Amino acid sequence: MRTLAYLLIGIVFGITMFKSEAASWYRIYEMFQFDSFHMYGIIGTALALGIIITQVIKRFKVTSFFGERIVIPSKQKSFARYAFGGILFGLGWALAGACPGPMFTLVGAGFVPIIVVIIAALFGTFVYGLFKDKLPH
Amino acid sequence: MEWIYEPWPWYVSGAMIALVLFLLLMVGKNFGMSSNLRTMCTICGAGNKADFFKFDWKSQRWNLVVVVGAIIGGFIAHEFLTIDATVALNPKTVENLHTLGFENAGATYMPNELFGLSVFSDVKNLLLLVIGGFLVGFGARYAGGCTSGHAISGMSNLQLPSLIAVVGFFVGGLLMIHVLFPLLF
Repeated sequence: MRTLAYLLIGIVFGITMFKSEAASWYRIYEMFQFDSFHMYGIIGTALALGIIITQVIKRFKVTSFFGERIVIPSKQKSFARYAFGGILFGLGWALAGACPGPMFTLVGAGFVPIIVVIIAALFGTFVYGLFKDKLPH
Repeated sequence: MEWIYEPWPWYVSGAMIALVLFLLLMVGKNFGMSSNLRTMCTICGAGNKADFFKFDWKSQRWNLVVVVGAIIGGFIAHEFLTIDATVALNPKTVENLHTLGFENAGATYMPNELFGLSVFSDVKNLLLLVIGGFLVGFGARYAGGCTSGHAISGMSNLQLPSLIAVVGFFVGGLLMIHVLFPLLF
């Protein structure tokens, strides 16, 4: 039952990523050229509604569909990891034109070379794991 | 229902992403896609090489199911909900992309130069996909999240770290497009 819920949420997410064109390499390029409002509109709308949803859930201690307490973890305080990690992620996001959600959507849409990007992203994650303790966090 | 075959406008798309965030919170989970990459590394045995990958991956099974859904969603959207997969880019963007050598800018959903099968015989562009993917994987884990985990989940929870990460995403993206692209393409 719960597994089916996760699957359906994933399907809605995948359809949205494709139909919004947020999964299109071109839209990411256009966004960083500031040539279109499209991507900013998407992120802005999602964020505005997201803030309302998150704050209402926290303020009114809303419980989940299964009657459990909803836990929204805080991010660990730091500057270096978010700044350095963020910049490296941004470089890759603009080059590959895909972030870790749309990557998988594009597999379903039949763009075979995205599998190269996914394997490389797995390797990148693995290398981070190897050098984690040597990096400023 | 004709609209569903058209590209979705930004306000529909943004609202749908917020819906995904809402539904995940309401089933007791958090929206964040890049942590799946770590889970997949663990499943492949990365725990033997680094402690970072030593965790009970079954606790993240739900998120892998979301990934499977995202793949199926991409298939459904591409096969059944799209008649014309062109992207209505700003003509200025199209011109810029032509200058860089992307011939079908906007006439296809993805550039053939990078995402057509011909990339497998183009060493340079194939290498760029590898570098791009590597940076996404490395950077997302270093920053502790990606576009979904920081820009949507974290910022919705008013987390300063997420704001720093998102500013970083943009610094990196702008650097790539404006400084490195003219050298790479």
